Amino acid sequence: MSQNTVETIAPWVFTLAIFAVWEIACRLFGVDPFILPPPSAAFAAMAQYWGPLMRHSAVTLWTTMAGFALAVAFGVALGLIVGWSRTIYRGLYPVMIGFNCIPKVAVVPILIMWFGIGEVPAILTAFLISFFPIVVNVATGLATMEPELEDVLRALGARKLDIMLKVGIPRTQPYLFGSLKVAITLAFVGTIVSETVGANAGLGYLIALAGSNFQVPLVFAALILLAIEGIAMYAVFAYIEVYFTRWAFRSSMSAAT
Amino acid sequence: MSVAMRPVGGLPVEPRARHDAPGGLDSMATTVDIGDISLNYRGASGNVLALQNTTMRIGRGEFAAVVGPSGCGKSSLMRLVTGLVRPTTGDISVFGEKVRGPLKIAGMAFQNPNLLPWRKVIDNVLLPLEIVRPHRRRFRAEKDKYRAQGEALLKTVGLEGFSGRFPWELSGGMQQRVSLCRALIHQPALLMLDEPFAALDAFTREELWCVLRDLWQELRFTVILVTHDLREAAFLADTIHVMSARPGRVVMTKTVPFPRPRELDICFEPAFTDIVQELRAKIAEVRKP
Repeated sequence: MSQNTVETIAPWVFTLAIFAVWEIACRLFGVDPFILPPPSAAFAAMAQYWGPLMRHSAVTLWTTMAGFALAVAFGVALGLIVGWSRTIYRGLYPVMIGFNCIPKVAVVPILIMWFGIGEVPAILTAFLISFFPIVVNVATGLATMEPELEDVLRALGARKLDIMLKVGIPRTQPYLFGSLKVAITLAFVGTIVSETVGANAGLGYLIALAGSNFQVPLVFAALILLAIEGIAMYAVFAYIEVYFTRWAFRSSMSAAT
Repeated sequence: MSVAMRPVGGLPVEPRARHDAPGGLDSMATTVDIGDISLNYRGASGNVLALQNTTMRIGRGEFAAVVGPSGCGKSSLMRLVTGLVRPTTGDISVFGEKVRGPLKIAGMAFQNPNLLPWRKVIDNVLLPLEIVRPHRRRFRAEKDKYRAQGEALLKTVGLEGFSGRFPWELSGGMQQRVSLCRALIHQPALLMLDEPFAALDAFTREELWCVLRDLWQELRFTVILVTHDLREAAFLADTIHVMSARPGRVVMTKTVPFPRPRELDICFEPAFTDIVQELRAKIAEVRKP
């Protein structure tokens, strides 16, 4: 087997191995399925409740993507503004840090009060939790522009807008796409938190409901599906990152000699 | 070597906002006139007096070099002349007009080539034309013409056939050639070079000396070359200004008498070595606090 083949199948082998260890450990030590069901029980529950699981997965996926889309739009806009001017950067940064420190689970009840039980609080929570890394990365991309390059352009009579369009925004792309991978996983966290606190659909809601009915294998089935959704979306954005910023993977950002 | 370019005499020099004084014969001949300036800036450890009583005159089409101990404010001088910073006291005139803001016409190159990694070589070279007036308005319409100009310029620095490559595919010396082309594509009347060859190995450096020499010989722009390399200064420049330790001022102006075009061999002649020795002695003297 070539090295390439090994690397391709390695993730699958490791995943299967983890499930195998889990299964064997449960049987070997006779763990109460009520505490930790073996994966076989989780997959059995998945087959049994396939229909509802799919329905709730779809809700979680679309609310997450909606919140994430908001986060990208808002995050890029705010990042450009913050990166544009040092004064705005200095003024807004402490506020943003403070905002980011608030546990989002504490905000969910407020959102539910405002918008009622449903999908809106989940979308907003996903948005609130995931926009921060996008803002920070976009702003960092702009702020780390080589001062000499700025001098070259200014000595040619470039305005701030020219410098942003020709240099700032293109060089921010690798930072932006890198942050999307982080942000999409955070968006899932936001959605699940909101659905667990109060919702009438979604995997978070299903997990809370199944937990209160002591259907522990169903809880694990939902968790596995959630992990699959997360990995899939991460892979999508990792691919987008490589596709759009191939130059950044080939050269160091500074293009130094 | 032939470049498809207009002669330098016909350069589009932007009219500045206001004429302070009508340019007489004298100011026509002087490209850069630095008149007794000082520069203060706020550093990490309080106020730094970078330049004091600095005076320098550079004629049109002259190749001037500025040498001095490190931290003597040579790079500050570059930013002053191009109008990126204002002197604390005193005035700087370029082409007979007082510098009030960024010049809009100067070409610059630094030790780091600072190429944009997402642009191909030719698009890096053409970047100034997307910004400088009057080219920026015509850029889209006459892209083919500009592209041909860029290709011609790349050819003169020995980079024919590399225009479609990305910067990371080029060696450090080749990247620096591209950086030189970018500084010259809009035919600036003033070229500012801040230790452009410092990061290169000795052979590549001497190669690029000759590239710069030939470009200057052909296009006759005014150059201010800031360098640590005294041989580089003596080989390339008409006049060499030696600056003192901080606060920097010009302590010696040396005219290099060698006829042009110069060959690299002159670096080994006694007269050349004498000049380098003299510069070296002067810098050693002013380095002492």
